[in-house]
Amino acid sequence: MAPPAPSHRTSSPSQPSGKSEVSDLKSQLRQLAGSRAPGVEDSKRELFKKVISYMTIGIDVSSLFGEMVMCSATSDIVLKKMCYLYVGNYAKVNPDLALLTINFLQRDCKDDDPMIRGLALRSLCSLRVANLVEYLVGPLGSGLKDSNSYVRMVAVTGVLKLYRISASTCTDADFPATLKHLMLNDRDTQVVANCLSALQEILTSEASSLEEASREREALLSKPVVYYLLNRIKEFNEWAQCLILELVSKYVPSDSNEIFDIMNLLEDRLQHANGAVVLATTKVFLHLTLSMTDVHQQVYERIKAPLLTLVSSGSPEQSYAVLSHLHLLVMRAPFVFSADYKYFYCQYNEPSYVKKLKLEMLTAVANESNTYEIVTELCEYVANVDIPIARESIRAVGKIALQQYDVNAIVDRLLQFLEMEKDYVTAEALVLVKDLLRKYPQWSHDCIAVVGSISSKNIQEPKAKAALIWMLGEYSQDMQDAPYILESLVENWDDEPSAEVRLHLLTAVMKCFFKRPPETQKALGAALAVGLADFHQDVHDRALFYYRLLQYNVSVAERVVNPPKQAVSVFADTQSSEVKDRIFDEFNSLSVIYQKPSYMFTDKEHRGPFEFSDELGNLSIGVESADTVVPTQQVEANDNDLLLSTSVEEETRVVSNNGSAYSAPSYEGSIGSLIPQAPLESAVSNPSIPGPAPQSSSPFDDLFGLGLPTASASPITPAAPSPPPLQLKSKAVLDPGTFQQKWRQLPISISQEISVSPQGVAALTSPQVLLRHMQNHSIHSIASGGQAPNFKIFFFAQKQEEPSNFLVECIINTASAKAQVKVKADDQSVSQAFLSLFQSALASFGMP
Amino acid sequence: MISQFFVLSQRGDNIVFRDYRGEVPKGSAEIFFRKVKFWKEDGEGDAPPVFNLDGVNYFHVKVVGLLFVATTRINASPSLVLELLQRIARVIKDYLGVLNEDSLRRNFVLVYELLDEVIDFGYVQTTSTEVLKSYVFNEPIVVDAARLPPLGPASIFVQGSKRMPGTAVTKSVVANEPGGRKREEIFVDIIEKISVTFSSSGYILTSEIDGTIQMKSYLTGNPEIRLALNEDLSIGRGGRSIYDYSSSSGGGTVILDDCNFHESVHLENFDIDRTLVLVPPEGEFPVMNYRMTQEFKPPFRINALIEEAGSLKAEVILKVRAEFASSITANTIMIQMPLPTFTTRVSFELEPGAVGNTTDFKEANKRLEWSLKKIVGGSEHTLRARLTFSQESHGNIVKEAGPVSMTFTIPMYNASRLQVKYLQIAKKSNTYNPYRWVRYVTQANSYVARL
Repeated sequence: MAPPAPSHRTSSPSQPSGKSEVSDLKSQLRQLAGSRAPGVEDSKRELFKKVISYMTIGIDVSSLFGEMVMCSATSDIVLKKMCYLYVGNYAKVNPDLALLTINFLQRDCKDDDPMIRGLALRSLCSLRVANLVEYLVGPLGSGLKDSNSYVRMVAVTGVLKLYRISASTCTDADFPATLKHLMLNDRDTQVVANCLSALQEILTSEASSLEEASREREALLSKPVVYYLLNRIKEFNEWAQCLILELVSKYVPSDSNEIFDIMNLLEDRLQHANGAVVLATTKVFLHLTLSMTDVHQQVYERIKAPLLTLVSSGSPEQSYAVLSHLHLLVMRAPFVFSADYKYFYCQYNEPSYVKKLKLEMLTAVANESNTYEIVTELCEYVANVDIPIARESIRAVGKIALQQYDVNAIVDRLLQFLEMEKDYVTAEALVLVKDLLRKYPQWSHDCIAVVGSISSKNIQEPKAKAALIWMLGEYSQDMQDAPYILESLVENWDDEPSAEVRLHLLTAVMKCFFKRPPETQKALGAALAVGLADFHQDVHDRALFYYRLLQYNVSVAERVVNPPKQAVSVFADTQSSEVKDRIFDEFNSLSVIYQKPSYMFTDKEHRGPFEFSDELGNLSIGVESADTVVPTQQVEANDNDLLLSTSVEEETRVVSNNGSAYSAPSYEGSIGSLIPQAPLESAVSNPSIPGPAPQSSSPFDDLFGLGLPTASASPITPAAPSPPPLQLKSKAVLDPGTFQQKWRQLPISISQEISVSPQGVAALTSPQVLLRHMQNHSIHSIASGGQAPNFKIFFFAQKQEEPSNFLVECIINTASAKAQVKVKADDQSVSQAFLSLFQSALASFGMP
Repeated sequence: MISQFFVLSQRGDNIVFRDYRGEVPKGSAEIFFRKVKFWKEDGEGDAPPVFNLDGVNYFHVKVVGLLFVATTRINASPSLVLELLQRIARVIKDYLGVLNEDSLRRNFVLVYELLDEVIDFGYVQTTSTEVLKSYVFNEPIVVDAARLPPLGPASIFVQGSKRMPGTAVTKSVVANEPGGRKREEIFVDIIEKISVTFSSSGYILTSEIDGTIQMKSYLTGNPEIRLALNEDLSIGRGGRSIYDYSSSSGGGTVILDDCNFHESVHLENFDIDRTLVLVPPEGEFPVMNYRMTQEFKPPFRINALIEEAGSLKAEVILKVRAEFASSITANTIMIQMPLPTFTTRVSFELEPGAVGNTTDFKEANKRLEWSLKKIVGGSEHTLRARLTFSQESHGNIVKEAGPVSMTFTIPMYNASRLQVKYLQIAKKSNTYNPYRWVRYVTQANSYVARL
């Protein structure tokens, strides 16, 4: 309800301070309180309305509490409602006065009229005053048994309200059990729906401390409950249907018949006019069929038309929500949508957040057959009055070119952009031409001719200027004026505000020098001199580095600056496939709109029901070398079949990049996709990375000079506790499904906070580094996720001699250098021994 | 699960504010409004309907210039919350007859009463006007609709033809007529929004019709209704590509790509005789939404031309031809065209005898605007504009201007040829003969001609 008057409101001249009005109201209310004159109810209504309206605009009318309560002795339901509204708003700040209302609310809870009983009960539970909870238990208990469904419906939500005020009072009265009974037995669907909401919320919050609650919560996902709700789903209203569908999407059916039964039952929900119902159904379909490649693809085909219809009907806001989900699906399975590309054409009156999504979708669905039309359409947007969209459109054209379709036509178009003489168009096009040349060096002749005619003076944007300078350096042998243009740029060094541009200029002059030494020598000398004097650390360092390198050995310098290059085959994706999979798991939620998994924007207490156990499934599946976790690999392979995964691309890139100066040193395929890629610009300007990468088994660690034992070995750190006699299997196998099941079933045997050494924190640039390390200690990961400073990893290990499992949830916060560890074990007697092993393994992480 | 719901006026005042869970800081309405306002001022265009600020998720929809907002801290379903906001607006409109700032302010107690029943502790209970009727006791204070500009989808019917009682659709479902009796009537509106993009040579690049059969019932006792559509209506285009025009021109059948239905619709007979059977709940709701990309005859042809006419000068010629029957009249037509950014002055020349035309050059965003009160079917209208530039055009002048976009409303016309053949109301008695209104209207959604 409206906040009590904030101070600035009262000072504003347009707002009445309300003081005199309030005292006026007070005396009027007093007069009416005892009156039984005819028409008195009408005057009361008018007064109450005034009070409520003051409350809404933020004037503090809490001083009227006593009078309002006195006046509420009435049988007029409209008056009662206004009074309840008022009381609910101010009880929290006036707990003493709230006590005054208990009496009449309790009396009303026994009224003959079920409406009044319900309303009174709702108000009673909404007081939010902790020391009044004792008065709630009685009325709630009888409310849950009331013969009228309205009262029961209110009572069920009342239980949840009570739980939020005082959890112990709620559980002591055994209300959760009553709710469970009601959920499965009540005739009224809204009572059932409210029971489900309330139970989910209560059990989720209990589950963090109580194993039993956690099991109860899992029971909501059991077959009888899910089937009971599914069979009645059409009796529920559309909102409750969404609730049930969300529950069903977490349900794990035992076989494919069950999956088909559920899908057949829900098929007609896809024709619902309410987008929320359709998306919730879509989620069920997508998640149920994840392991059935063919069917999963059919689901994409099936949901396409309903989603497109939702996008074009309804308000722009609703259509945006649906379009975001369609965007996600297009990104996962572009080819399913490649014939529908015209739906993603932008309309001139659409808001730019819609256009942005559509441009990305157009880029994704481009293939051999539609590229020409898509690019033609995109070129129309380049002349768009909306400049950010015009820029995005050029980038989209460039991305399509990099996808290798019909490059000829596109290069022509890009070069036309350069001739359009609009600053931002030229700037964007330059950046693109640069990327294009890195992938298709064969086009350099055509491009350089056009680029050469562009005057660097007309380019202001740093990215574009850097791109132009890069081309000048890279293709200096083909551009007549290159040394002189660079020279004049060096002369104006001090006028260049962007460090990025100055870095590029240094490198370009170096490159040019090795190609055309006599013409560039002067420029190089000048560049190194100003570079060394530069106030920017990176610029200074690079100039110094070049200077020393030249001093040391000119031919080595040439190999570093101008190594033979291979064309880039695929550029890195900005988002890892892991993150994408998590967003997909959180289909039909804000994660899709924000394009971020929920842990990045919600605090733990506000994650939805099942989020916790859910997370386990969401975390992308293990990344360890293929030979150890066979089932895991299978799951991944499945994913690839499903057209969905991006990791294939990523790996291709890594492989083909070996030895190229364009990228970070190569890594082996299995981990390549996980290493955070250096952004393009810096990769271009970082030829300083030494030649071929070390080919050891843990190159990443080596890169940091943190050579680690590669075979499974016992910890060697002296600081760590000595290893107990427990032996772990070095090649343990556990599939994610079993893990998840076990995690649900087993109780937590140890929960402990462990400190992480500063070295460990420093080495923990991504979870994968740690995963490899732990594997060397025979502790395997099954899922991992997170971003600095928070990482979450699920590990498992098995005893050497018998198939007894240890499951670990490990949440590392690098900011506080702490790890929260929860251990579950088949054999609880050795879990302490296991924890010691785990602890010592973790302690040795990051140690030389 | 929703934390708060509020309605803000265009200036950012709280008209209604309900906190359901007390977990989002009090100042959220102000924080939200400032964010939305600055989004625009920062040149990023409109704020998206959903955004996160300091861990609070804000959802909003714009309805008749008011902002309906919900907040939550959890990772909720965006389509659920946005749909809910829209539905709350509709329920309020059903009750108040007219939804606008004035009617909301006058009826805020009733609105609070509704909100208490629609959402309890953040969980949606019901949004059915009919169900809510038994819980809600305040009488609406009806705002005089005639005094106010009509709003909402129904407003498009208000002008023109006498057959359409414009005020009736702004009638509250609960308020009684002055005579104390409710008039038994039902409105069925077929509203189509069309999108067409013409290439510079006049060829249709894309076209789509998004239609809704909207119903508003004031019938007492919930009689069953049968709504018969074209018998030859077919849905889904098989395996064919959706934009395969050649396949759809013959036969004159109406082929919808896809459609969806309101909960109350029974589809048992739909596959056989294309009849929708439903017991309409009181209030306004869409019976069916449909989408069609089958080729159709666009109601207007646009010819646009821009040519250089000497140094620092150019001429624009815009020609619009109405390609529908002369018995039909389109109204509130507006044609816009962005001009080169270095345009400084524009002089207009209309055809002799043109009435109801206004022309304007919007200096700030360099846009030409031409509006016409009405266009009768079969007629053609031309506008010539002479532009003066402040600098030489470097490149191709065609790339600097356009595209031409058009908005219009055509009552009693629908491009898809989808029809309600009959509207049957189950009879309660021989004397029971409620009024039924079946109305068609077509509006431009995105109607664009490229240069």
